[in-house]
Amino acid sequence: MYQEIIMDHYRHPHHKGLRDPFDVQVHHVNPTCGDEVTLRVKVADGVVQDVSYDGQGCSISQAATSVMTDLVIGKPVKDALATHEAFLELMQSRGQLEPDEDVLEDGIAFAGVSKYPARVKCALLGWMAWKDATAQAVALVEESA
Amino acid sequence: MPAFDVETVRKDFPLLSREVNGRPLVYLDSASSSHKPTPVLDAERAFVEQHYSNVHRGVHTLSQEATDCYEQARATVAAFVGAQPHDLVFTKNVTEAINLVAYSLGNPDSPITLGPGDEIAVTEMEHHSNLVPWQLLAQRSGATLRWLGIDDEGRLDLSDLDAVVKERTKVFAFTHVSNLLGTENPVELLVQRARQVGALTLVDAAQSVPHQPVDIAAMGVDFLAFTGHKMLAPTGVGALVARPGLLDTLPPFMGGGSMIEVVEMSGSTYASGPERFEAGTPVISQAIALAAACDYLSGIGLDVIKQHETALTARLLDGLRTLSGAAVLGPDTVELRGSAVSFVVDGVHPHDVGQSLDDLGIAVRVGHHCAAPICRRFGVPATARASSYLYNTEDEIDALLEGIASVQKFWGAA
Repeated sequence: MYQEIIMDHYRHPHHKGLRDPFDVQVHHVNPTCGDEVTLRVKVADGVVQDVSYDGQGCSISQAATSVMTDLVIGKPVKDALATHEAFLELMQSRGQLEPDEDVLEDGIAFAGVSKYPARVKCALLGWMAWKDATAQAVALVEESA
Repeated sequence: MPAFDVETVRKDFPLLSREVNGRPLVYLDSASSSHKPTPVLDAERAFVEQHYSNVHRGVHTLSQEATDCYEQARATVAAFVGAQPHDLVFTKNVTEAINLVAYSLGNPDSPITLGPGDEIAVTEMEHHSNLVPWQLLAQRSGATLRWLGIDDEGRLDLSDLDAVVKERTKVFAFTHVSNLLGTENPVELLVQRARQVGALTLVDAAQSVPHQPVDIAAMGVDFLAFTGHKMLAPTGVGALVARPGLLDTLPPFMGGGSMIEVVEMSGSTYASGPERFEAGTPVISQAIALAAACDYLSGIGLDVIKQHETALTARLLDGLRTLSGAAVLGPDTVELRGSAVSFVVDGVHPHDVGQSLDDLGIAVRVGHHCAAPICRRFGVPATARASSYLYNTEDEIDALLEGIASVQKFWGAA
């Protein structure tokens, strides 16, 4: 489970630390283990401009959030959501899916985590926070339009 | 006192001989749930195969046999904690037992009145099951919830006792032994204060009844709750034990079959004693298995079991003390302490500690252990917790300590 890529992201997380500017900030927790993430999203012109976060949790939750920021920052919201779907599908595969590195990049390291149902929610914590924040940010843009 | 031989005991637990991840299983999660010995499994199976039927409902032979077995189980389990059978309600677990009391006390015809200005007292070291039901009761009734804090060693801060449990306090609910910290609380002192102010007492004994002699009469508490699956019995059965006669003063919690006396369309009257609180078909075969578990534990002796666990706990605490980068949450010695030991490893999240130990076949619990306020009090998101029982060995404690050292090495934390 503990692939080198995961350990690297855990020890040296990307895009960590809360930054301005942002449209929406969310706080998500995993009630069964106490892991938590505070995450900010900035969306403009249909593109995820920035994602910043702070949190505490296990190596899986922290590394997955770090990988997620690499995958969504700079992408059109639509494409980022598609990447989210691909990661979700991988995590729900119970080790039965061959991940596509072109789509998931470092995220393929989590294929092994999908064999441990108790840890899947760790890998999804940051993604769920991002999806929630992004949906709110998109709604804000639509309201002001 | 019969000689205690852990290897003989282990032979009664088929599951303990299995492997996990290619290693012999080291099961150190009994505070969460315990394994079941063959005599308990046999007792449940024999009942189901030879005497099973619904209880308290028929005149046929099996109905009578099943009722006799069920009521005998009630007597056995009650005696296990020094109580009479008519003061024991079979519940699903401790959570249901506490909710039963919390709802009943808030219902019409409760022996106490609860409203704005009244208070309910708990402690900061409660399992969520002895905290949230009281928060809900406070919300429903308008009463205020107060709590006793914890000191740095993981003991109750008793200097606040008189300020927290006072004239307005109607109920004082506290744990006997903390599931996260392992702390054993001074029941006598707490009960004495509750009596001074006329508050009812409820003791969550989930972590004490399985591991040490407990006598409700000697403790002087009003309610005692414990659960079967932590004491060698199946899931789905627990018990609420009340001070003699107290059950008859409580209004019902759940309504339904079995708990009634006379039912008319315009209203009903209720059964007395435990039946009032056992609406619907109860847990029958599980209750019989719980009685078998009580017999099994009594056969070995709770004093003997406590002594065995204390030796294991001392070995674990000593070992953790010598590991740099590992710290115990809770009392550092075995005085007034149960066998659940929570610890954190510097630089390694408890989930990663637990996962890495599982690779070695070692089962510990990780998380906030349904006692999140304690984690908050100590500024940690979660802990790893090793808890031993009568079937654990010194070798297993050593395997855990070696496992923690290898986890530290893997994660570059030591």
